[in-house]
Amino acid sequence: MAEAVSYKSIGTRPIRPDGVDKVTGRAQFGADQNLPNMLYGRVLRSPHAHAVIKSVDVSAALALEGVYAAISGADFPGPKGGALGGEGGGDVSDVAKNVMARDKALYHGHAVAAVAARSQKIAEDALALIKVEYQVLTPVLDVIAAMNEGSPLLNEKNFTKGLPEKATQPSNVASVMKLARGNVDEGFEQADVIVEGEYTIPMAHQGYIEPHACTATVNEEGKATVWCSTQGHFEFRAMTSKILDMKVSDLKFIATEIGGGFGGKTVVYLEPLAIMLSKASGRPVKMMMTREEVFRATGPTSGTVCRVKVGAKKDGTLTAAKTWMAYEAGAFAGGPIGPGAMSIYAPYRLENFHVEAYDVLVNKPKVAAYRAPGAPQSMHAMECAMDEIARKLNMDPIDLRLKNAATEGTQAPYGPKFPAIGLIECLEAAKVHPNYTSPVPAGAGRGVAVGFWFNVGMQSSAEVRINEDGTVTVMEGSPDIGGSRASMCLMAAETLGVEYQEVKAYVGDTESTGFCNVTGGSRTTFATGMAVVQACEDIIAQCKSRAAATWGVDEDQVEWEDGQAIPAPGTNADVKPLSLADIAGNAAKTGGPLLGRASLNAQGPGASFAVNLTDLAVDRETGKVDVLSFTAIQDAGTAIHPAYVEGQLQGGAAQGLGWALNEEYIYDANGVMQNAGFLDYRVPVASDLPMIDTQIIEVPNPSHPYGVRGVGETPIVAPLAAAANAIRDAIGVRVYDLPLSPPRILKALEG
Amino acid sequence: MRYEAPSTTKEAVNLLAKAKGAAYVLAGGTDLLVRMKSDLIEPDLIVDIKRIKGMCEIKKTESGFTIGACVSAAQMGEHSGLKKAWPGVVEAANLIGSDQIQGRCTVVGNLCNASPAADSVPAMIAAGAKVVIAGPNGKRTVSIDKVVTGPGKTSLKKGEVVEAITLAKPEPKTGDAYLRFIPRTEMDIAVCSAGVSMTLGAKGVVKKACVVLGAVGPTAVIVPAAAKAIIGTKLDDAALAKLTAACEKACAPIDDKRGTIEFRTEVAGVLARRAAKIAYDRAGGK
Repeated sequence: MAEAVSYKSIGTRPIRPDGVDKVTGRAQFGADQNLPNMLYGRVLRSPHAHAVIKSVDVSAALALEGVYAAISGADFPGPKGGALGGEGGGDVSDVAKNVMARDKALYHGHAVAAVAARSQKIAEDALALIKVEYQVLTPVLDVIAAMNEGSPLLNEKNFTKGLPEKATQPSNVASVMKLARGNVDEGFEQADVIVEGEYTIPMAHQGYIEPHACTATVNEEGKATVWCSTQGHFEFRAMTSKILDMKVSDLKFIATEIGGGFGGKTVVYLEPLAIMLSKASGRPVKMMMTREEVFRATGPTSGTVCRVKVGAKKDGTLTAAKTWMAYEAGAFAGGPIGPGAMSIYAPYRLENFHVEAYDVLVNKPKVAAYRAPGAPQSMHAMECAMDEIARKLNMDPIDLRLKNAATEGTQAPYGPKFPAIGLIECLEAAKVHPNYTSPVPAGAGRGVAVGFWFNVGMQSSAEVRINEDGTVTVMEGSPDIGGSRASMCLMAAETLGVEYQEVKAYVGDTESTGFCNVTGGSRTTFATGMAVVQACEDIIAQCKSRAAATWGVDEDQVEWEDGQAIPAPGTNADVKPLSLADIAGNAAKTGGPLLGRASLNAQGPGASFAVNLTDLAVDRETGKVDVLSFTAIQDAGTAIHPAYVEGQLQGGAAQGLGWALNEEYIYDANGVMQNAGFLDYRVPVASDLPMIDTQIIEVPNPSHPYGVRGVGETPIVAPLAAAANAIRDAIGVRVYDLPLSPPRILKALEG
Repeated sequence: MRYEAPSTTKEAVNLLAKAKGAAYVLAGGTDLLVRMKSDLIEPDLIVDIKRIKGMCEIKKTESGFTIGACVSAAQMGEHSGLKKAWPGVVEAANLIGSDQIQGRCTVVGNLCNASPAADSVPAMIAAGAKVVIAGPNGKRTVSIDKVVTGPGKTSLKKGEVVEAITLAKPEPKTGDAYLRFIPRTEMDIAVCSAGVSMTLGAKGVVKKACVVLGAVGPTAVIVPAAAKAIIGTKLDDAALAKLTAACEKACAPIDDKRGTIEFRTEVAGVLARRAAKIAYDRAGGK
């Protein structure tokens, strides 16, 4: 382990720089941009889950007084292909067809036309005047049935990718992937105990509080400006350029403040429509989704079926694991089977494993990234299986995991050898945590589970400008969802050796800062942070050069310490140290303004592991679950702003518990979601949860200058199995299907 | 849409009686405004009754309580006399919506909205509440269980407006209670519910009782067999088992996103049993 380093700014907990504007209502979110002569855009959505669109006639809508534009699929250019950036799976041409249906409506709520009008009311009235002729088809709603030969097909041109031999018949299976090592049959032969189970999880939504919204304006030269709530305005620009066949330089995207995303705001929905409507009307167009539209027509995460089999020796050593999993892609390819398959065994040293994963088209919304996409579902199955093994062996569940835990040098199931990781440290911390050593409260059960996420690096840019009074402006392009501006300021202050209060960070639009990939993959503090640190180092080099020139010494005779240039030891110069403010104030005489910059494709993001503990009480007469305690222990590498790391741990626990206990997309036989609102799509309310206890473990990531690991996604992975295992402990029966809702638990109790 | 805020009940009745098109009464607005916002209704006339004298007051009289149609659930929760007399009614009213909603929502609105899952209705029926209705032909008072006739439907006639709900002064040794099931802790709609009131005679024996279930039928369900099961008992386990069975038998719920027939039926029995125990305790039974 690396030696403990003491930092001046890093590890402190200043209040967030965007906080005051947010609590006073001054902050501008996606729906807050208003422009003169602005119109309101609304979307007509398919009332059928599966239908051929025979014709769309918008003429009556256009004729309505107050309507300025109406568009449908026919108005779009032919879609261009290309992989989506960030965490979004799939292809841009699919996104184009998701944004506006062309020849087929593939889910209830799929956009089929859009209008722009003087008021929302007129726009709504205009939608009713659009004539769409549908040929209704049988919806495909069950992931297993969808895989059967003879199932109705969503796409006649879909041939399964990833098969050993090229598929000759179309099917609903978009792709299959396999990952294997060793020999599972031999592994199971060596096992003293084997557990098996089929675990199902229905589709679930991220449930961000701010619905999707944007305002677009296109000028007479065809140049578009878009304000929107996004996790990645550069990638929104890239997707829009392909969908609308526009030059990237003709598109300017401004990321507003964002009211949550969790992966769901990494793809476009309204933005290309607003640009089309603005172009057609010659006026700015604002579009805002209702909550119902968010549920029906944006990207939730896959519903899944995971069949897992795990074998272990009497001493707990895992001998083999085999998994078959099917993920709902929704209407287009792109369910997160890759990360689902690659994460499932990641916490363990395992010689023999096999995993086979299917990405399956169904008539439901096209899934999007959701916090650690794919991992909560697959790891839920594995972590429940680990719990069953511990029970069979009468072994402490933490000891079982310690026995098999991956550590530095372990070859990850997805390929590379792990560098320094903190799984063992998390397990050891859990073992002695007071919430684990205390007795389980009467009537309750205790659950343990491990969480993991790969984390990503990807591209980031940053500029650091030293203002003439020595204050520091950091400009970068990663939308701030989890408090990243504060983290950027802390890292800049630490590197430059100045006070935190002297540094302000801003998220620039696509024209005022360099390219950044999405805020996703838990990459921002790691990768954009690395760019900020490098840009600060650029500033320091320039400051040393300016000081050398001022003092008339060589550059290597200048050192940078505590925010000032000082002569290196042994340098024969009778000079006063020069602070950042001194150098900036004199910059005109030493070569002009100080501007540092860095751009990079960050490598070595460093996986983050977690251990979650929870005590749940079950009302045996009603099946109702009360969360008595929840403890999230996670390796953060180095916690730049510990309060925000704790916030990520707590937020992930809250979302994961909601997913485990109550959240689900409920469909009727026609493929119409029955609970498209927060009343019946039950995310936890504040009073449903206790204070989530957290413990940050710090095993520094060797690839980051300050040891950062991404922390945003891992927290949602373990709560599902932790809750399921706690309920198993409380009621003595394993419930294999999520959510662990009262009717389901009551049924399990009655056998 | 026309908005009127008359200062007398007579004016309100007149406006409603003469209204052409869809006319609605506005008290707290926590159902009406939401339905308007969701485009479920488009009123031609809204008659706001909050400016009518007495509508926003709880009056304590010799014979009991009169709760004006615009009294908020929060006001009920702050009324110590009402809370002491009918704790079950007040706890039911205080379960509606959130803290913010509590400041506006009314039990009369809860009644007239006619949802099978209305929280305050089973509790008020169990407590024997009466409803004062003003209309073109004067005032009438009806037993509260006669108001709701089906989901979204009431027996109120054109031009009629509910002025108040009255609750009698409870007899000595009377207790009531209300419980509902939701998967969360608040901000939800009852999957099923139960309101129970009872009066004890000598030695803790139940003399009178009323058991009412919510969200297990098109309207709140009064279960005379459940009351019968506990009358004459000291609420022993055998009596509670009979009450539970009677409640289960009286359930005719639907399967929907909030619960299954099986679950609602079983849990309604559980809630009735638990509510009966609380009511018994409050009545001074041991």
